Amino acid sequence: MSLRTPLAHVRGLGSAKDGTSHWWMQRVTAVLLAPLSIWFLLCALPLLGANYADARVWLAQPLNSFLILALVLAVIYHALLGVQVVVEDYIHTRWLEVVVLTSIRLIAFLAALATSLAVVRIAVGG
Amino acid sequence: MSAQRPLSPFMIGPYYRPQLTSVLSILHRITGLFLCLGTIALVAWIFALASGPDSYATFAGLAHGVIGKLLLASSVFALCYHLGNGIRHLFWDAGRGFELKSVYASGYAVVVFAVVATAGVLLLAGGAR
Repeated sequence: MSLRTPLAHVRGLGSAKDGTSHWWMQRVTAVLLAPLSIWFLLCALPLLGANYADARVWLAQPLNSFLILALVLAVIYHALLGVQVVVEDYIHTRWLEVVVLTSIRLIAFLAALATSLAVVRIAVGG
Repeated sequence: MSAQRPLSPFMIGPYYRPQLTSVLSILHRITGLFLCLGTIALVAWIFALASGPDSYATFAGLAHGVIGKLLLASSVFALCYHLGNGIRHLFWDAGRGFELKSVYASGYAVVVFAVVATAGVLLLAGGAR
């Protein structure tokens, strides 16, 4: 049991119980994603149509592995925060909202894990 | 309360004239959601590449089809728009560009940027093949 007053508990955290961290991390990831997106559009996108060997060699280069992984992980985090707000805005049935919010977290986790394993595997040439 | 009253967003059209500002605002959200699809496709590309030549050939077969090309082109537009408008949002977050004139000027600038950048990136990507 806490001896803090209810006001002390909630002060600075608001109804979502996480204060400004959601808003702030959306901006932090956005600032990171701006240059990464430009790199992706100019340098990585032409590789999407490349053949297997060329694409493998390109992604195995340390700088490209690093940047693509940074991009995808930051995108997943940024997308998770964004989709969360959309779900909270439009889904008004509480149980369904919780199911969808939990599902998108699981999908984000699995996507991040799949990308990390794949990029590491390509980077070490396995 | 009258049941006849138009509810959001169904008031758009006969009851409410959309403005550049509101259309770009909802477009930011729509492109953001759409980019989730593009991200899934990108993750699939990386995973297929790691899985070997056969998986990659399967992915490439899908990607070079009509739906794949359409998804690529629309994802590039969504990314260019979301990037441009996202930077516009960051300036607002810093407390700048709130005057009505600036809001419209930056709005038109973002639309022009998104169209030009999409065309440029698709030409670049197409030319590299």
